[in-house]
Amino acid sequence: MIDLPVIFTILMGASILAYVVLDGYDLGVAMLMPAADAPEQDVMVASIGPFWDANETWLVLGIGLLLVAFPAAHGVVLTALYLPVTAMLIGLMLRGVAFEFRVKAEGWHRELWNWLFWFGSFLAALAQGLMLGSYVTGFESGFGYFLFALVVAGGVCGGYVLLGASWLILRTEGRLQKKAVGWTRWGLLWVALGFVLVSLGTPLASDTVRDKWFDFPGTLALMLLPLASMAAWVWVWRLTGRLRKGMSAPEWGPFAGAVTIYVLAFGGLAYSLFPYVVMDRMTIWEAAAHPSSLKVVLAGALVVLPFILAYTAYSYRVFRGKATAKLYDH
Amino acid sequence: METSDVLLLARAQFGLNIGFHILFPSITIALAWFLVYFRVQYARTGEPSWLATYRLWTKIFALSFAMGVVSGVVMSFQFGTNWPGFMNSVGNVAGPLLAFEVLTAFFLEATFLGVMLFGMNRVPGWVHLTSTVLVAVGTTVSAFWILALNSWMQTPSGHGYDAGQLIATDWWRVIFNPSFPYRFTHMTIASGLTAAFIVVGLSAWRLLQPNDDPAARTTLRTGVIVAAILAPLQVLVGDLHGLNTLEHQPAKIAAVEAIWKTGRNVPLVLFAIPNEREQRNDYSIEIPNGASLILKHDAAAELKGVDAFTPDAPPVAPVFFAFRLMVGTGVLMLMLSWYGAWRTRKCALPSRWVLWLFAGFTFSGWVATVAGWIVTEIGRQPWLVTGLLRTAAAAGPIGGAQLGASFTGYMMTYGVMLVAYMVVLTHLAGRGSAPEATKSTPLETGAAA
Repeated sequence: MIDLPVIFTILMGASILAYVVLDGYDLGVAMLMPAADAPEQDVMVASIGPFWDANETWLVLGIGLLLVAFPAAHGVVLTALYLPVTAMLIGLMLRGVAFEFRVKAEGWHRELWNWLFWFGSFLAALAQGLMLGSYVTGFESGFGYFLFALVVAGGVCGGYVLLGASWLILRTEGRLQKKAVGWTRWGLLWVALGFVLVSLGTPLASDTVRDKWFDFPGTLALMLLPLASMAAWVWVWRLTGRLRKGMSAPEWGPFAGAVTIYVLAFGGLAYSLFPYVVMDRMTIWEAAAHPSSLKVVLAGALVVLPFILAYTAYSYRVFRGKATAKLYDH
Repeated sequence: METSDVLLLARAQFGLNIGFHILFPSITIALAWFLVYFRVQYARTGEPSWLATYRLWTKIFALSFAMGVVSGVVMSFQFGTNWPGFMNSVGNVAGPLLAFEVLTAFFLEATFLGVMLFGMNRVPGWVHLTSTVLVAVGTTVSAFWILALNSWMQTPSGHGYDAGQLIATDWWRVIFNPSFPYRFTHMTIASGLTAAFIVVGLSAWRLLQPNDDPAARTTLRTGVIVAAILAPLQVLVGDLHGLNTLEHQPAKIAAVEAIWKTGRNVPLVLFAIPNEREQRNDYSIEIPNGASLILKHDAAAELKGVDAFTPDAPPVAPVFFAFRLMVGTGVLMLMLSWYGAWRTRKCALPSRWVLWLFAGFTFSGWVATVAGWIVTEIGRQPWLVTGLLRTAAAAGPIGGAQLGASFTGYMMTYGVMLVAYMVVLTHLAGRGSAPEATKSTPLETGAAA
């Protein structure tokens, strides 16, 4: 007997992971805009221009799978997160249209859209962090929980900056790339701080998470996750150190390392939550849709996903190499 | 705040979002096929003017598409934030339809849009042409799924129950439910007309500028011809759609025609002020037996009135007025497109006042489309899914204060976006498809350095 809710949990988790990594780098690039000058900003936007739309589609798929597979949880989660969801959506709207407006507008309008591009991306990242922080604690309210959510939000923003900066190392050259190396190191420090605070805060904020992680001897095996994250962190730190001094190092390295850190953190999160879809209240089996509806979606997804992955890979191949601002002269 | 007020606010917010969202797909579904036509013409002739036309209209498409994408993401969340009861009760049917839209359409259009917009110098010509076609296919497939869901909510079929849960028993009948073929055709033609009038209006705007632009004459002609063909077709399809609605949702037709009491020899109300309290029409202008004749092709035929459905009847006034606004705008669009087709024969340049008229009608498709959606959505009330789920039963626990705050936020965001969109569109169109000034050169060299 196939356990459909588990399969859909994996599918949903995979799309949300794809979303945070993919849209994470383009949100991160946008959040770095104020640190760059105007010509650099154009190159930065060009490095994410062909991808952001498809990246954001993973969010729609993730939320769509929540809606399809766990309809009972869908309403509970989204109504509990009503305000941060609204903030995120407004942020995503502003930054999404800013891609188009900032190249088509002129004069102070252009400046305004540049600013909205940054602001919208930052608002979306912050709201996503608040949503995660609130989700992990099962939507508990109170000042302490809000503080915890704020810390998580800070960590998420730092993570996106890290992804964005290391993406720029890969996709740009010259002075901008040098700057990106510096940004990556700031991102690393930020992520490290966030990691420590979230690791200390989560067991305090949630008994369920504490019990799962501090259950000897399983804890010892679990420690592999943070250890591997630390190894990836150190690797990126060393690579960027070499790049900063002008020594040879693979340019894809920092981005790969940043993605690794994200994937490991996500794995830890998934372990903390499973099998709850609404923390401490509703398991994936309780929330699952009728098997007949899950089966038809699964069949469709198995047929279509390989195509999506194939043409996504094709698109990344078409737009490989260093970005130039010329891209927007279409 | 009263529960009914909160419900009204939740509905108003969702209505605002969906009304804002539909503006952009109503352009892009068909504009994508205009792009295919321009791209094919360029591939066939190699004329730089076709390339310039294609480039100009991809910019307008990209902008409209981005507006549609971001407001569409909002929709996907608002199903949960505003209507949690919707997924709880009919999620087993609605969920898969939405999932298929994401899987088969959203990724396709988003990915190939990138290749289409930025890849012309990076991929072979045929790949670029194929990308343009795939974007168009994606927009149409997306319309297919979302209209299948909307039509199912209007005229549900193919479902059953298993242990109290509503499930799909026959997916074919769920998708091809009774109103779907009519609604899908009606909406795709509506998109064709909306896009055609955007093309016509913006080309006319270009031709009103001091220097002539042969490419704008060509697109003006293209748009006018498409509109002149689609407009009469829409009259026919709209009529069939109406008869289908009479069969499956008679309460909606009672509201559309402002028929309060069931009876024979029902007059056609041309204009009136529907009086909900007294259940009658004030100041009405009527054609005797008209409604019976039009809807049943028999002057003495009986038609059901609002009284036959109370308390499950929709409010009459908004449906009645929106229907007249839709039909009125449609008739004007039909007349204008035929007149335009005659005036632009052999690509002649129409006089300035005709161009002004076209420019004034640039967004006429929006008026007709939004009015049509008001008819069909308010006409479905008080049901969210006809006969299965009431709108009130699907609303969430969000309080008035949170709804009010987010409503304000959305309104401001949409206001800014819509103004910017229209300004940039007229600006782009005014500049036309002529080779661009070299204003971006300093940035390029800066980037290359």
